[in-house]
Amino acid sequence: MQPDRLSTGGRIDRSLPLTFRFNGRTCQGYAGDTLASALLANGIRVVGRSFKYHRPRGIMAIGADEPNAIVQLGTGAATIPGLRATEVELYDGLVATTARGWPGLKFDLLSVNEFFSPLLSAGFYYKTFMAPGFLWRWYEHGFRHASGLGISPRETDPDSYEHYNAHCDVLVAGGGPAGLMAALAAAKSGARVIIADEQGEMGGSLLSDGATLNGNPAGVWLGKALDELQRCPEVIILPRSTVSGYYDHNFLTILERCRDHPNQRDAEGVRQRLWRVRAGRVILAQGSHERPLVFPDNDRPGVMLASALSGYIRRYGVCPGRRAVIFANNDGAYLTALDLVQVGASVSAIIDCREYGAGAVAEPLREAGVDIYQGYIVTGASGRNGVRSVQVVPVSADAGAVKSGRKIIHCDLLAISGGWNPAVHLHSQAGGRIHWDDVRSCFIPGAPRQDHVSVGACNGSFSLDACLEEGKQAGQEAARACGFEPAPFSTPEVGRERPGEAHPLQPLWRVPLPRSPRRHPKQFIDYQNDTTVADVYQAVQEGYRNVEHVKRYTALGFGTDQGKLGNINGMAVLAECLGKPVAEVGTTTFRPPYTAVSFGACAGAAVGDLYDPVRKTALHDWHEAAGAEFEVVGQWLRPWYYPRAGEGLDEAVARECLAARRSLAIMDASTLGKIEVQGPDAATFLERIYTHNIARIETGRCAYGIMLGEDGMVMDDGVMARLGGQHYYLTTTTGGAARVLGWLEQWLQTEWPELKVYLTSVTERWSTIALVGPDSRKLLQGMESDIDFNREDFPFMSVRSGSLAGFATRIFRVSFSGELAYEINVESDFAPALWQTLMAAGQQYGITPYGTESMHVLRAEKGFIIVGQDTDGSVTPLDLGLTWLLSRDKDYLGKRSLARPDCRRPDRKQLVGLLCEEGPEALPEGAQLVEQPGGEPPVAKLGHVTSSYYSACLGHPIALALVSAGRARKDDVIHAALRNGRCVRARIVSPVFHDPEGERQRA
Amino acid sequence: MLLINCPWCGPRDESEFGYGGEADIARPANPDALTDEEWADYLFMRKNPRGLHREQWVHEHGCRRWFVLERDTVTYEITDAT
Amino acid sequence: MTRQKYSIFSLLRNAVSRNENWQQAWRSPAPRKKYDALIVGGGGHGLATAYYLAKEHGMRNVAVLEKGWIGGGNTGRNTTIVRSNYLWTEAALLYEKSLKLWEGLSRDLNYNVMFSQRGVYNLGHSLQDMRDIERRVGANRLDGIDAEVVTPEQIKAAIPMINTSPRVRYPILGASLQRRGGVARHDAVAWGFARAADALGVDIIQQCEVTGIYRDHGRVTGVETRRGRIEADRVGVVVAGHASVLAGMAGLRLPLESHPLQAYVSEPLKPVLDTVVMSGAVHGYISQSDKGELVIGAGIDAYNGYGQRGSFHTIEHAMQAIIELFPAFSRVRMLRQWGGIVDVSPDACPIIGKTPVQGLYFNCGWGTGGFKATPGSGWAFAHTIARDEPHDLNAPFSLERFTTGALIDEHGAAAVAH
Repeated sequence: MQPDRLSTGGRIDRSLPLTFRFNGRTCQGYAGDTLASALLANGIRVVGRSFKYHRPRGIMAIGADEPNAIVQLGTGAATIPGLRATEVELYDGLVATTARGWPGLKFDLLSVNEFFSPLLSAGFYYKTFMAPGFLWRWYEHGFRHASGLGISPRETDPDSYEHYNAHCDVLVAGGGPAGLMAALAAAKSGARVIIADEQGEMGGSLLSDGATLNGNPAGVWLGKALDELQRCPEVIILPRSTVSGYYDHNFLTILERCRDHPNQRDAEGVRQRLWRVRAGRVILAQGSHERPLVFPDNDRPGVMLASALSGYIRRYGVCPGRRAVIFANNDGAYLTALDLVQVGASVSAIIDCREYGAGAVAEPLREAGVDIYQGYIVTGASGRNGVRSVQVVPVSADAGAVKSGRKIIHCDLLAISGGWNPAVHLHSQAGGRIHWDDVRSCFIPGAPRQDHVSVGACNGSFSLDACLEEGKQAGQEAARACGFEPAPFSTPEVGRERPGEAHPLQPLWRVPLPRSPRRHPKQFIDYQNDTTVADVYQAVQEGYRNVEHVKRYTALGFGTDQGKLGNINGMAVLAECLGKPVAEVGTTTFRPPYTAVSFGACAGAAVGDLYDPVRKTALHDWHEAAGAEFEVVGQWLRPWYYPRAGEGLDEAVARECLAARRSLAIMDASTLGKIEVQGPDAATFLERIYTHNIARIETGRCAYGIMLGEDGMVMDDGVMARLGGQHYYLTTTTGGAARVLGWLEQWLQTEWPELKVYLTSVTERWSTIALVGPDSRKLLQGMESDIDFNREDFPFMSVRSGSLAGFATRIFRVSFSGELAYEINVESDFAPALWQTLMAAGQQYGITPYGTESMHVLRAEKGFIIVGQDTDGSVTPLDLGLTWLLSRDKDYLGKRSLARPDCRRPDRKQLVGLLCEEGPEALPEGAQLVEQPGGEPPVAKLGHVTSSYYSACLGHPIALALVSAGRARKDDVIHAALRNGRCVRARIVSPVFHDPEGERQRA
Repeated sequence: MLLINCPWCGPRDESEFGYGGEADIARPANPDALTDEEWADYLFMRKNPRGLHREQWVHEHGCRRWFVLERDTVTYEITDAT
Repeated sequence: MTRQKYSIFSLLRNAVSRNENWQQAWRSPAPRKKYDALIVGGGGHGLATAYYLAKEHGMRNVAVLEKGWIGGGNTGRNTTIVRSNYLWTEAALLYEKSLKLWEGLSRDLNYNVMFSQRGVYNLGHSLQDMRDIERRVGANRLDGIDAEVVTPEQIKAAIPMINTSPRVRYPILGASLQRRGGVARHDAVAWGFARAADALGVDIIQQCEVTGIYRDHGRVTGVETRRGRIEADRVGVVVAGHASVLAGMAGLRLPLESHPLQAYVSEPLKPVLDTVVMSGAVHGYISQSDKGELVIGAGIDAYNGYGQRGSFHTIEHAMQAIIELFPAFSRVRMLRQWGGIVDVSPDACPIIGKTPVQGLYFNCGWGTGGFKATPGSGWAFAHTIARDEPHDLNAPFSLERFTTGALIDEHGAAAVAH
């Protein structure tokens, strides 16, 4: 069943076989496998197709750097696109498919692209498909369908996600030897520690390392270390958790995959959790990535990173081949050869580009009879669906030129190693620079910019001793920096089952070839995007010399491994083209996240019903029971209209408006912003805020007021009332409540801190019930109250406090409808009871509840504006004809701006009324206004319709509009340009359509 | 995400705060006496430096107090809070 | 040296010679001592300016000075949306000029900038949104710009993945649609303009940061750079993200604040979104690149910042918005996020014109809307520099408008980042 599974070894549980499907084929694996190890165990070599040439590809790596084995997991709503098989833990019933390759992976029609590959050179698409222009969409359609590594789900995500905010003293990224030592050192001091590792099992390289610790296999120490950490109450251990982003001020994100694997804990909870961590100190221990070697046809299935091969053998008991060749420029890959020998695979040859070969590690291999070719390189690999042989040639001592003496070596597996790249991603994300290290031939972290330190392999310290020691030091220092005293403890002793002393690595960024690299088979740098050495050469030749230009022109590093595998090789090849040292070519920015993070995890719980809070008034239940339709106004839900059986919007609104004009109507106006202003300097403060004179307003009186921005534009409006000597109350628009309060606070605190004024938002404390209509006074007079509602005692624009039907109220005699009206404020807890009392008492007058739509009609009939509808941030009070509100005797915010030339232009757009001269239809709100129909674009626009309704009270439609120089053009006929091309005649009139003298509201 | 030290409440996440732009722009005592240019300068012109910036913040979802920070606009490092 | 023309034939010819004979797309000359005009900033706008100076005004003794690599600022960091459906005629005509140039740009430059007119939807989620859409679409049509209002049903038909259910927090009530809008390949725009400008004799000088602006009696005389002093009596500055810094070198202040603006892409997916969707109320914008990545723009970060990075909660908010609009994308993964620096003006409109220093011109303040304007901005700025006076199209976008109060307030018109 599993031809390439070894009979023993590995950390898999052979007693727990698992069945899974890959591209329709049923396979078996074991608990503890990844999908990648199980595929290899099943002898599956071709697992993907490359981006451009659709070349068959095999598993290359064992972790986050895998470019080829990209699978679609699951089906239906729960499918996940674009996962690396190397990171998918196997479970029973797993279904994986590959999105690329049609009709199948083994035979892909688009592999014909390779035949045309000379045409498809770097940036080819910038050079053609330009004419005729309209065909581009057609070409593009083809491109789009050939692209893409996964298929998006089509249905709503069935899973949920959450954010988890955490603070810790020390965050350790990476649970390998360095990270574990760091966590132990910090934890023993009592510090709060979080340690996260991307794999299902903590341990990192210890999980497949052959070294011993304190005389035992590494796994023993690992188990003890984890036990010890688990016993520390202040330590959080997060497996399956990738530290994905390092942001400013030591803020990091960790993606915890809680339920991607059915056997995982938390099975009932969220699928993934995004930890948002503010850390005191951060210890980066993310390890390193092995570099491939770049040679012709280095992408054959069966070509694999040496460390990945060792990992598959040691950790998963899988050996994906019988006859291996190792190709390397360093000693490390010899350990892979030892692993192979140990499990009984034959090693046909070790090809080492170094003339001086390896150190002591080569001895046991020589003894085992392995051919070691020192000073050789691989210059080709054959075997389309699986490597069959390699071609090797000797090279010069500097590995810069080939010599004669070509040999063919048969093999079914080629392990390659070009050295190691420390995972400097998080260090770089944190703002730290990286430096080229000539000795180790890699980029290593420079000085940190935030409170972090890199340890172990991600710091360029590749030996196990160094990892453990650096981790311990860093852990202790971090704890100390956070105010904890580190407890002494010893670093475990590293013993080796194999000899140590190593010869240095010899950089080999691409193999030398007899001819130009463009005249040899493709040498891949970025596997997923099919970026080759030839592409880099061509880019440089064409003038794309900056590393960023080369990357963008050739797509190098833009695959889903984000360049983890190929970027450094690419930069070195670029350096060679430019004749510069690698260090001078520089590197590109490492951008978050380290590995991909699902949208769902980033969004957390704030989706769907929790996307944005819904604000409802205290009377909401009543409105709902009354069958109201609702309108979204900012975060609020407001009753829009109350349809009776058979009524639509228009009928309901007509009925509601007529009730308000003729008898009695009632409205929930609770969403109005309400602010109390108190203190000895309250009047002084308000004088500077409002445009009108405050001092003249006596206690018990109200006034309409507008606030301007310092740019002179109308910002908000409302009623302000004087409740006492130093006690004012003001209302704002529903949407402006928070903004206005913030604005007032800002002026008060930052500009006029000497004023003794206190601002309190009372929006939610008070509910507001508007009682509107000629019968409103009668109704109130008929109720039990200590307020005298007589016209003389309670005049228009005044306020009274008192009890009404037993409720404590503040009643404002103001009107947004132009009718006799009262706005009753009552504490919100009592609002439903008062509302019902009023409804009951109002029966005799046919009391009619109305919503925002009728409110709009009623106020438009009176020419009252709605800020944000009739104004848009470019409208001054002069434009609105509110000159009477502008005090000449004082300064106020925005006053100076009104004196600027543009605000004095006579042709500014001004608020007017419009009467449609044609038909009974209301003009569309937003419709543009022009002088005459027709004309060539751009047609001069006079303004636009801001509000437009059918007025049941007047029996015809009315509209408010902003019209250039409109006030001086009364009775002129202009045209509304409708979207259907029609132009409708409209006459400019006063914006006050109803009761221009205002007698009804003062009644 | 910045960590901002509210002078009243201590260090808090940026998401609790509102930003108020350049600090120390005093409102002219007598706006009517200014030329249009001088008024425009007060209204719109900003230092917008690349480097240290004195700026206003408000602890919007906390104590609601305004305060001034000095922050580097490149490194985002906060150097002073008053 | 005659310039190779790009075409399927040149590809074939070069394929035969193993792609070993491609010419440089542009030279890398050493700066000369003196030019007729200097363009500071080698982004799309600066390169376009140089191209149109040479092409339309015959000014070929021109250099573009770039502190890093061309196209490395906002040109290479945006979400590549192109549209012209702005509210105010002044803005609409400028962006429409740009859109018209986009429509012929690949052929004009002989460089495929992959301008793909896949349509741009601006969603409305409230009655006021719909009024604003009606107003803007009406204005666009009178300005000769294609614009439609579409219903939720039409939106759903065109974008099957979008959630048009009325039972969501902010239901989609409709949208404006500009069919001629779309996306382009951002890097190609910089490269195409660079190659075409270079062919006309313009020197493109990279790694040449300007550190000072020389003036004499109120006239500009040249600039100091990391590669020495360069003289010119006309200097056009178009350095998105750093306009205030350059203005400071000439003793000027600008009404700008520089903010981080972030974006991100998903892993590449098979085609799933064939158009551009923008929403103001549910704040985010999204399209799918030819490579298959969902390209998503987030909101602007509140604070001033030159760090080319913003705060993570801004990304979270954009993510929530996208899932609100496209619930199925919740399982898609973010591959890469990044930030740019946008210079935001008080009215969300650019400043393109003369300055109090004779011969010194500024083109800045594009906020979040600069990419789409690239050709039009360069075209108008070239005119301004060549004639020492603005074209009618950019005359309203003078620095003086902040004194007179004649702002062109696009804030209300396109609450979503452009």
